[in-house]
Amino acid sequence: MSALVEVKNLKKYFETPRGMLHAVDDVSFAIESGKTMGIVGESGCGKSTLGRVIIHLLDSTDGQIFFEGKDITRANTRQLRKLRENMKIIFQDPYSSLNPRLTVEQTIIEPLIISKKYSSRACSAEAERLMALVGIDQRLRMAYPHELDGGRRQRVGIARALALNPRFIVCDEPVSALDVSIQAQVLNLLQDLQEQYQLTYMFVTHDLSVVRHISDDICVMYLGVLVETCESKELFRHPLHPYTQALISAVPTIDIHHKKQRVILEGEITSPINPKPGCRFKKRCIYHTEQCDAPQQLEEILPNHFVACCRVKEINQLQAL
Amino acid sequence: MTKEGSSFLAVNDLVVEYTSEGSVIHAVNGVSFSLDRGKTFGLVGETGAGKTSIAKSILRILPDPPAKIRRGEIILDGEDLLKLEEKAMRKIRGRKVSMIFQDPMTALNPIMKVGKQIAEVIKLHNKVTNKQADAEAARMLELVGIPADRFNEFPHQFSGGMKQRVIIAMALACKPELLLADEPTTALDVTIQAQVLEMINKLKRDLDTSMIMISHNLGVVAEICDDLAVIYAGEVLELGSKEAIFDRAAHPYTRGLFAAVPTLDEEKDRLMPISGLPPDPSNLPSGCHFHPRCPLADEACKHEKIALREIERGHYCRCVKVSAMES
Repeated sequence: MSALVEVKNLKKYFETPRGMLHAVDDVSFAIESGKTMGIVGESGCGKSTLGRVIIHLLDSTDGQIFFEGKDITRANTRQLRKLRENMKIIFQDPYSSLNPRLTVEQTIIEPLIISKKYSSRACSAEAERLMALVGIDQRLRMAYPHELDGGRRQRVGIARALALNPRFIVCDEPVSALDVSIQAQVLNLLQDLQEQYQLTYMFVTHDLSVVRHISDDICVMYLGVLVETCESKELFRHPLHPYTQALISAVPTIDIHHKKQRVILEGEITSPINPKPGCRFKKRCIYHTEQCDAPQQLEEILPNHFVACCRVKEINQLQAL
Repeated sequence: MTKEGSSFLAVNDLVVEYTSEGSVIHAVNGVSFSLDRGKTFGLVGETGAGKTSIAKSILRILPDPPAKIRRGEIILDGEDLLKLEEKAMRKIRGRKVSMIFQDPMTALNPIMKVGKQIAEVIKLHNKVTNKQADAEAARMLELVGIPADRFNEFPHQFSGGMKQRVIIAMALACKPELLLADEPTTALDVTIQAQVLEMINKLKRDLDTSMIMISHNLGVVAEICDDLAVIYAGEVLELGSKEAIFDRAAHPYTRGLFAAVPTLDEEKDRLMPISGLPPDPSNLPSGCHFHPRCPLADEACKHEKIALREIERGHYCRCVKVSAMES
């Protein structure tokens, strides 16, 4: 297995009136072909920005992005056009991400028209195939987004992303706006499509239950920084970073007989604008000491399990690897 | 389920309709439940099931038109709220019954200091001076974990979790006996949600407040409720104690909800979605409203009107396919 997408020391800063906002700060990871990488974190942690930078909807500030082993960080417009056939995105809000003046069919075939690879007849045939693939009834071909419910709209968004047979799709909170019964339908659809077309997903979400269900590997982000990454199963079995532990313990459980030990976080959330070099979680962390003011490095603490916390071994009573 | 007349709140056979452009939307169709003092009752269901309409009926703040309460009683402490004059109702709102709204970003006045917004409620319902109201508001801020020296700040200076705390402080300012919480943590991050839920639980204990918790999140309901009702298409499909519903869910819809959500408690290779879509409330299916999506449905379910039956003590289910449980 080789990495389809890889980022090295990726940074994205935004200029604000109050200083530089470090939305993504020195993030490195690789996504293997055909796998799903879950990116999980709370609002403002930079997870959506990260997805957008990787597919070049936003320019990166520093660092490198590789696709199929090639450095695409500084790709020019012509190269991007080609790349974007292979890298797509599904947005969170199916209510605002579809053009209200395009029909279902027009929405789906727009990328085909832009690629100039399809005749108008081939476009219609392709639209029909894609609609069938995502489970939208053919009679809705001429329907406008406002005539569809959230689940169907999200299916249109997925069909559009699948046009031109991409290899990599960033799924940016694709089920957050949907009701639970519909959410399960869309998650299953995404899994089926992945299997059928060996798609590689980067699945961005704040929902830990969803991310655990769908991901092979997971990155946990906190205020622009990657704090922990490993296999999905391993993360939920042995969360090592204090933030990951608090995050997992905070999820309400439907097991009414076993009360979870809960870590309730106190303290202020650090501002991502001109942050100090130390650990960004320090102010809310129950284990913090002066050590935490030094920059934190992502280190392999257990095999294939990386954590950015200087006290991680102490806290978890681990021997050095 | 109008059990003993002693319950603090009893909603009986509530029917709410919305009329728009000639079509009638059946939002709430004969909902009944009751709540004892100091207890928390959960209303669970998906978007459009009628949960918020039920809560707004209790406070009588449904926009009329288009909404109309067609039938039913809402008995609070022996008094039918639906029969009260508007003037008497005003005394109840905010004082005896108050509500926490879902979206903390829009529920606060953006150009008024947060402390003053809380003091406003206190002044409205109590004979106090401005100074006393301000002092009480500052105390409420402390109670929800916000330093009182932030009294003079504006909502935009607060994070989402803190805004929601201000709203909770406002809702609790007059020590209501009944608190209606409409998805109070849905807009919040999980670590903040955990803080807010813990705080609500503590305040409820300290002030002995009764509560109705509206949520689509089964985990949140499991954390906070004593009893709950599963609402679908404006009807109660299943009602019982938390233990009854989480351990022995009976209705195919409730069971479907449990199978459809990924959880951290167990690994599922594949989710079992509920097929189809929630029904159009202006054109509800005949018979059991859930029958087009139900794996157990047969001919009879399409025609018969199905009653809520007690399948074990205190556990009710609206389904002909579910037989009574042995105790």
